[in-house]
Amino acid sequence: MSPPLLELRQIEKSYAGVRALRGVSFDLRPGEVHALLGENGAGKSTLVKVITGAVEPDAGAILLGGRALARLTPAEAHALGIACIYQQPALFPELSVAENLALRLDPATGLRRVDWKARRATAAQLLARLGAPIPPDAAVRTLSMPEQQLVEIACALGAGARIVIMDEPTAALTQREQELLFKVIDELRADGVGIIYISHRLGEIFRLADRVTVLRDGESVGTCPAGAINEAGLIKLMVGREVSQIYPPRTGAPGAPVLKLEAVGCSVSGVENVSLEIRAGEVLGLAGLVGAGRTELAHILFGLTPATSGRILIEGGAKTIRSPREAQELRIAYVPEDRRRHGVILEMPIAHNATLAIHRRIFPRGWLRDRAERDLTLDYMRQLAIKAAGPEAKGGSLSGGNQQKVALARWLATQPRLLILDEPTQGIDVGAKSEIHRLIRQLTAEGIAVLLISSDLPEVVGMSDRIAVMRGGTLVAELPGGADPHAVMAAALGQGGKGEAA
Amino acid sequence: MKENFREWSVAGALLAVLVALRFLAPGFYQAQPLLSLATREAPVLLVACGAALVILSRQIDISLGSQFGVVGVCIGLLAGTGCPAWLLPPAAIALGALLGAINGALVAGLGLPSIVITLATMVSWREGLRLLRQGEFVTLPDGLQWLGLAQAAGQWTVVLSALVLLVLLALALRNLAAGRFVYAVGSDAEAARLAGLRPRRVTFLTFVAAGAFTGLAAMLNLIQSPQVDPKSGTGLELKAIAAVVVGGIAISGGRGSLWGVLPGVLLLACISPALTHLHVEAYWEKAIQGGVILLAVVADGLRSRRAGKGQS
Repeated sequence: MSPPLLELRQIEKSYAGVRALRGVSFDLRPGEVHALLGENGAGKSTLVKVITGAVEPDAGAILLGGRALARLTPAEAHALGIACIYQQPALFPELSVAENLALRLDPATGLRRVDWKARRATAAQLLARLGAPIPPDAAVRTLSMPEQQLVEIACALGAGARIVIMDEPTAALTQREQELLFKVIDELRADGVGIIYISHRLGEIFRLADRVTVLRDGESVGTCPAGAINEAGLIKLMVGREVSQIYPPRTGAPGAPVLKLEAVGCSVSGVENVSLEIRAGEVLGLAGLVGAGRTELAHILFGLTPATSGRILIEGGAKTIRSPREAQELRIAYVPEDRRRHGVILEMPIAHNATLAIHRRIFPRGWLRDRAERDLTLDYMRQLAIKAAGPEAKGGSLSGGNQQKVALARWLATQPRLLILDEPTQGIDVGAKSEIHRLIRQLTAEGIAVLLISSDLPEVVGMSDRIAVMRGGTLVAELPGGADPHAVMAAALGQGGKGEAA
Repeated sequence: MKENFREWSVAGALLAVLVALRFLAPGFYQAQPLLSLATREAPVLLVACGAALVILSRQIDISLGSQFGVVGVCIGLLAGTGCPAWLLPPAAIALGALLGAINGALVAGLGLPSIVITLATMVSWREGLRLLRQGEFVTLPDGLQWLGLAQAAGQWTVVLSALVLLVLLALALRNLAAGRFVYAVGSDAEAARLAGLRPRRVTFLTFVAAGAFTGLAAMLNLIQSPQVDPKSGTGLELKAIAAVVVGGIAISGGRGSLWGVLPGVLLLACISPALTHLHVEAYWEKAIQGGVILLAVVADGLRSRRAGKGQS
């Protein structure tokens, strides 16, 4: 067996007394995909930062090709062939692909003449190696997310990276784009590159990984060949307890229609002719590829981009929704995608976040009632099992799953009859995910109608009573809950699965 | 204590300076000069309150000094027409609010960057005053100085009104829904909009409020002398913004409280008299002020960097 490319021995790291890593050992062999799994906060990011030289471990050894390194700085890590590809590509949007590549690959000497021809040739060659049809002169801002990721990978290749870390690379990709990425990964592997692959999507892990290491609470709880373990086993390792059922069963029958759309469209966001109905106590799943118009439809319902055609009926009465405020008055709530940016306010305490949409109740006659705010927040923290130091903890100090719950608390406090959840479990760990699923069930049991937008196919299929599929800004199919995921995907891709998706 | 660490640390710094002065320059502690100092700084405190509101909502207003000048001159001229004295403060507030509303409408209504808009209004108002007055002072009618009170009583009135307003504004920011909106919009305007707030209206109103506070500040300044200098308020916006930053309000919006603004203003204000008593040349004042501001900003930077770490 070939010696490991990289070996970490007994790595320790504490932040302000909190032990993020407690003696973690890890190794990566040439030509393997080694998946790194763990709930949020388990220590994955810290481990990655140790490998990229971004943080210095308190104790332990880093060996590269069998040679121990005294210290590792980001520049050294780069020079030693370690590259990291983040979820959000870190490229310069206004510069061209070739310029972006050159910035990473050329040793920077400010006054040297730029050899544009050579730069373009290098870029074209690297992109061709990846089989990526991206013109080197295109401005990065004009590229799609997966194309930008490919440029990142090209950077890593160009730098001669032998160790590539991928942190949730598929989070923003459609199914087809994912397949493209997987092909690239297979090629890298064939070239002897070692890949550390971080993802919450277990399906991908089994598709790609040779070995799997699971972290829990800063400790490595096991490394094993991917073939020697199954999904349930992995989940068990990650959470440390058995997750009995991935999707809790449906309870009760849907009630009266809460929302009805008749040929609704919006010329601004490109949504056309959407007709659907959601009943009280029902989960309507909204499936489709990224860019199919699902979030845009949610924005119509929440008054962010008001409808320009069609009729919206709420409990039978025609309504117009021109602003989030009006949506709120109609008891429609929207927990947006991308909670890190706009779901919770990171600088505000949990309490302020939770009550932001119900200020009339917390500030009766204009003046704050501290007790009411505190009680309400504690109540939701208990109900939703939000893990935090207290109501004063800042939104930014929470893990992704807990942030999502705070965003949820804000909207539950408005007592909505329709709750729109946009990618509620994206990028959160398995334990928090199943808690969110349980919560959705609990809410529908209380009679709330839920519109669930999700790119996680098993989630849509497992959670929804009915599944509406969108493509190209309009509804293309409606399927019953528990439908064959392949049928949902086929509808999202269009008949035969070709055409629109590219 | 931990929650308001930053406010307490400015207060602590101020206390340390005051204690040091007690030993190094006992001459600093004389009742009358101190009261005069406080009276001179009271308008600065009010302008700083206004600047704090704008900065908390993640905007900036560098026209406050010019607004101060415009209100001073206009109210002086109004007083000269024989307008009753009780009408002057409301008029000053209304005029300040109007000037603030112009900034607010341009920033919030058109979505233009506040630094550019208020730079434009700062220059426009100041140059307008120069054209109008050609440097000539406005003489105030008799009896307006100290509102006809004895000097000490007048000074106490000025100082106490400013303090009361600071306390009211600080309480309002914490306890009124509107205060919460300012923080929400300053932290993340898009998130605030998604939560059903109206960020543009909030932004507009913070500019109006900043103008109103500045108008009142000009009024409190006006009654301190028999004349109004049309150049008054020049550079005041920088002093106010500096006090706000020293007081711990993040220039990036959404973080900090008004409680730090008072020690912030006082810390910067006592530098000049302290130098006099320490027999240091007055030229050092600006350099030391600059040093204090730099120290505050660097401390904040280090703190938020430390806070930014430790998350996996």
